[in-house]
Amino acid sequence: MRFIFDSNTWQEIFGSIGKNRTRTIITIIGVLWGIFIYIALSGAAKGLDNGFEEQFENVAMNSLFTWAQTTSMPYEGFKTGRPLQLKLSDVTVLENRIPEIQYIAPRNVKGVFGGSPGLIVRGTKSGNYNVYGDYPVYTKIATKKIYDGGRFINDKDIELTRKVCVIGERTQKELYEKEENPIGTFLRIDNIYFQVVGVHKFTPGGGFESDSDIYIPFTTYRKLYNTGDDVGWLTIAAYDDADVVQVEKDVKAILKSIHRVDPRDERAFGSFNLGEIFTRISGFANGLTFMSLVVGIATILAGVIGIGNILLISVKERTKELGVRRALGATPREVKAQIILESVFLTMIAGIMGIILGAITLYGINLGTEDLDFPYTNPTVPIPYVLGALVIMVVLGTLIGLIPAQRAVSIKPIDALREE
Amino acid sequence: MIEIKDLHKSYKMGKNSLHVLKGINFSVEEGELVAIMGSSGSGKSTLLNILGMLDVLDEGSYSLDKVPIINLNETKAAQYRNKFLGFVFQSFNLINYKTALENVALPLYYQRVGRKERNIKALKYLEQVGLKEWATHLPNELSGGQKQRVAIARAMAAEPKVLLADEPTGALDSKTSYEVMDLIQKINDSGNTILIVTHEPDIANMCKRVVHLKDGVIVEDKKITQVRASQYVQ
Repeated sequence: MRFIFDSNTWQEIFGSIGKNRTRTIITIIGVLWGIFIYIALSGAAKGLDNGFEEQFENVAMNSLFTWAQTTSMPYEGFKTGRPLQLKLSDVTVLENRIPEIQYIAPRNVKGVFGGSPGLIVRGTKSGNYNVYGDYPVYTKIATKKIYDGGRFINDKDIELTRKVCVIGERTQKELYEKEENPIGTFLRIDNIYFQVVGVHKFTPGGGFESDSDIYIPFTTYRKLYNTGDDVGWLTIAAYDDADVVQVEKDVKAILKSIHRVDPRDERAFGSFNLGEIFTRISGFANGLTFMSLVVGIATILAGVIGIGNILLISVKERTKELGVRRALGATPREVKAQIILESVFLTMIAGIMGIILGAITLYGINLGTEDLDFPYTNPTVPIPYVLGALVIMVVLGTLIGLIPAQRAVSIKPIDALREE
Repeated sequence: MIEIKDLHKSYKMGKNSLHVLKGINFSVEEGELVAIMGSSGSGKSTLLNILGMLDVLDEGSYSLDKVPIINLNETKAAQYRNKFLGFVFQSFNLINYKTALENVALPLYYQRVGRKERNIKALKYLEQVGLKEWATHLPNELSGGQKQRVAIARAMAAEPKVLLADEPTGALDSKTSYEVMDLIQKINDSGNTILIVTHEPDIANMCKRVVHLKDGVIVEDKKITQVRASQYVQ
């Protein structure tokens, strides 16, 4: 230890390294490049991962949507091409028969899948906005942030078929004055007066929803638009430990049996499995992280081997100097330690520079993608990974340094002195 | 100080073996200034290398300051060299990226002397060889004579029992050679034991004893009247 903290040791290391500056710099670049690639790649992978997570942060990760289409196979006397319609009663059946379902929310909308959006009028201002019929349970699957003072639709609203609505940020901006509080005010949705009970904050990502959507109780919706027991689509969240893909299959199978559709008919019900897609995306990000680890370590290894190579040459060049040192009383251990320390020092310098460069690059990418609609947020490399990389480099630097160090002491001092 | 009995050394050159030293008996008392002379191939450098523990003997015995030098591994040899011996080489062998002061301090570094003390001591020896003002200069800023004086200071810094000089004036012109010899004589005057390998008779005559080697044996070993180098130095 005394050895490491002795200024003479370091002076000697700088002395021998500084002898051939160009060569040292080129050598360092090898390792620097390796750690740079490792940091930049794994940071970018983490950024993508974070970005995707942000996209889906307001939707349950293990949720899926399903809707009715038209049959593509004749079955039980029904001809092919029969249009299907989900019914409210399907919800109860699904809930009872699939225990993996945690929440299930039937939804209806006016204005998204064909049809015109609702006409919303307030005083002299008006606009066309999508109107959703919802149950309170929907917020368990996709969180809706409601501004202070307001609320989402609740069970009482459903029960009493209340004419209340939750409006979007943009709706508020377009129909209200700046300082006006919309809570408690009334507006006309397709000629029926509704009281505003909340304003929801728009969170980007996750489907077709926007900052101008209006939510009203499901029961009010069916009266308003005369939809009876019809359900537009189902939003289903499975328990965290459930297999979402299997739940999706079960849901479709049960719906097929209820609606008397051929079990082999793949086109009768459509679905979108967020859980599956999310698993795929996070698998992709994990793969990217793993790849950056492999590529980074391989490049670091190549760089470290380069350092070992250069030190071998440098030892050869310094044979005489090392001979002098040994004639003056340097033990083989001291000579070895010095060369290993040189190796480790070069590796560390290269590593730290690489980490700094990598961090700057990540910072640059982050700045560049900040305003873009690209799932990339806050690229980071966990500190333990960075420290781990440094440890690996020290270990590799030591191991590779052993080769030239051994070479340095394998020559007898007398032969070393004779070298010209 | 040095006791050598029946020393043999041969080198293997492929199948042949080259018998370099064929039974050397030789002893040096404390405070002597011995010149080892001989033509090239006479074995004088081999003898010096064995004395310097840079090489090992095949047969015979060698003891330095009553310590038998036998069965040395590299580490032990390095420690003995550091403790007992100072080396002066023909080609100076200073480390070129270190200043004169740092070069002189190097043996003390390997003796684990602290940095401050090291530098004080090194400066003292540099002063002794008259190069105090050159302490911060790199070897390539010094003349040949100055380099050799730095090397002598370095050899002295460890306060060795014996100073071994291998052709110390071989790379110097005669004027600087005499300056260096003058320095060596002064060091010897203060009681240090010094062995010099040389093939120059005028350098040998500046020693107190001359040992002639020929074909691996000592052919002549005589005490002489020392010629002082100072008379040639202005």
